[in-house]
Amino acid sequence: MKIALMGQPNSGKSTIFNHVAGYKAVTSNFPGKTVEYTSSKVNLFGEIFEIVDLPGTYSLTSFDLAELEARKYLLKGNVDVVINVIDASLLSRSLELTLQLLELKLPMVICLNMIDEAERKGIKIDVEKLSKILGVPVVPTIALKGKGVKKLFSMAYKIGEEKGIGKTINFSKDVEEVIAQLSTQIKKKQINQEFNIPERFLALKYLENDSYFMENYEEKSNNLFKKIVHFQNILEETHGRQSDVVISSERHHLSMNIYESVVTLTKPHTSLIDYMDNILMHPLFGYISLGLIFYLFFNLIFSVGKMVEEPLLDYFYRLIPLIGKSINPNTLSFSIISGIIQGLAGGIAIVLPYLFPFLFGLAILEDLGYLPRIAFLLDAFLHKIGLHGKAVIPFILGYGCTVPAIMATRILESERDRFIASVLATMIPCAARMTIIFALVAFYISPQAALAVYILNIIVIIISGKILSRLLPEVTPGMILEIPAYHIPSIKVVLAKTWLRMKEFIFIAWPLLIVGSTILSLLQYYKMDMLVNKFFSPLTSLLGLPVVVGTTLIFGILRKELSMLMLIQAIGTSNVAAAMSTTQIMTFTIFIIFYVPCVATIAVLWKEIGSKRTLFTITFTFVLAVILATITRFVY
Amino acid sequence: MIITLDSIGENKKAKVVSISGGWGIRQRLGCLGIHPGDIITVKKSAIMRGPILISVHGNQVALGRGVARKVVVEAE
Repeated sequence: MKIALMGQPNSGKSTIFNHVAGYKAVTSNFPGKTVEYTSSKVNLFGEIFEIVDLPGTYSLTSFDLAELEARKYLLKGNVDVVINVIDASLLSRSLELTLQLLELKLPMVICLNMIDEAERKGIKIDVEKLSKILGVPVVPTIALKGKGVKKLFSMAYKIGEEKGIGKTINFSKDVEEVIAQLSTQIKKKQINQEFNIPERFLALKYLENDSYFMENYEEKSNNLFKKIVHFQNILEETHGRQSDVVISSERHHLSMNIYESVVTLTKPHTSLIDYMDNILMHPLFGYISLGLIFYLFFNLIFSVGKMVEEPLLDYFYRLIPLIGKSINPNTLSFSIISGIIQGLAGGIAIVLPYLFPFLFGLAILEDLGYLPRIAFLLDAFLHKIGLHGKAVIPFILGYGCTVPAIMATRILESERDRFIASVLATMIPCAARMTIIFALVAFYISPQAALAVYILNIIVIIISGKILSRLLPEVTPGMILEIPAYHIPSIKVVLAKTWLRMKEFIFIAWPLLIVGSTILSLLQYYKMDMLVNKFFSPLTSLLGLPVVVGTTLIFGILRKELSMLMLIQAIGTSNVAAAMSTTQIMTFTIFIIFYVPCVATIAVLWKEIGSKRTLFTITFTFVLAVILATITRFVY
Repeated sequence: MIITLDSIGENKKAKVVSISGGWGIRQRLGCLGIHPGDIITVKKSAIMRGPILISVHGNQVALGRGVARKVVVEAE
């Protein structure tokens, strides 16, 4: 049985999904984090279920790519049961989507999630009455604590077996008449059978002027198209508004009526967390807090990382000479073993100490609900580079990993915005590049120098943004973003999310790292690294870097952190400061940060913005890296 | 008094009269509970002509200045 979780953004679909499927979908407290569906086979009550976590969608009239994906999945028609997840504290608004889902005539269960949050806000919901009005079961849950989730799925199973569908809630009489007439026309022409959806649903979409259905339709027969326009005109004339406004207002009124009949309002309990916005979104203190939070975050990563890196590195590098005593250092097997050890050491001692505190801190900020607040604070600044506040979300995710950052650009409405945001996101130092900044610049030069690298990076991104938006002059559509209530992060979820993101490093990057160091060892053993270094020597000499650095640049394309670890191996010492001057360390870091995105990023760029634009991004970032690193060489 | 939402002061209420933008913006705002007739409270206004933060049906929404200018309201 296939169960799809469908609901408005930030209603807790992924939290419910993770509760039954294990932590597989990243959850956060900001609307629109799920841009792709995740599915998982789960064994419940001795039955195999396929559970699909769809991206959140405000309505079935879709705008951005993530919402479109959710609707497409649902209309494909092989879902057995829909679980409509509702944030109970936003019941009236959420019902507007519920009404549209009912029109699809699919077996459905309603999940009133965050019921505790609703009660805290003073909203008490008569669950039975709601269920009676809509004709579908309603199950209250608190997904974060797992309460009610089991009952929800057993109800979904029952409804799926019975194929029970809900009621159709009727609009005002005159609107219903128009819908009925158009439905009859559609049925006569059998248009709805092509889409495999009920004729009433299609009639409503036509009256709402939904571009997807209109476009699909226009090619087919002009006769019905004229009728659609005719019916749209009737609504416009009788109501004095555009026909899409008539339909959405009708739905709004129905939802409000249902809301009023099932809810009793009591006095809300306010807590300290509700007053946080007085500071965090304040026109002055908001920006001071933003600066302070990131400064503290930066310091946390550095102090934790350094504390762990030093003793671990010492330990590993004492190990290699020890092996040299039992195996002759000039043999092939020694080269391979030391390559493997260096790869292992790089992962444990250099990458993980910085990666963990970073991902942990990011998860806390995400779950708290701080990211949309940053979007609010920085909207005006982002307009200066031709984007709007929402672009902050992919950018901040970019500090974690560029791949999800580029995927997150799907929350932006226009194609041009998505392109600019994607290119800029590749230039943001991801966690892999962060480890380079911390382990090389902060460790060997100073934490202030590392901070300066971050600031320089932001300045370069702003200038690049300005250039790109000049090249593509188009007005950004303007920000419309829900600012969700704060949630106190659950330590369990934060750790699960940190682990999910670290797995990416441990299972993909690390093996690559070990293979990479072994290959480098072999190259060195057979003296083949000279050839590669020679090939790169024009570049390394331009940047004033040691010739041996050449090979590491290739590895950096596979994974950015590889270049640093290979660097240590290539120069033959764990004490980088002994082999490279501070200028060389700085030049190397600047070059690595900006030059060509890693393979995984190139792949996702290719998918999201197309081949031409990906090639543009590669060239653009390479040229930029060469220019910036050359300047660094002579200036720093 | 009929004005646009961006000129409403902090902590003031206004009733939506109409939305002057195109199909996309009407639908988008409708989804977030902003339709003609709804009451909106402006809670915060960012510096440098940044966005405004409004509260509608117990929910907070940030609207860019350009978007707010398209919402025609009646000040209370």
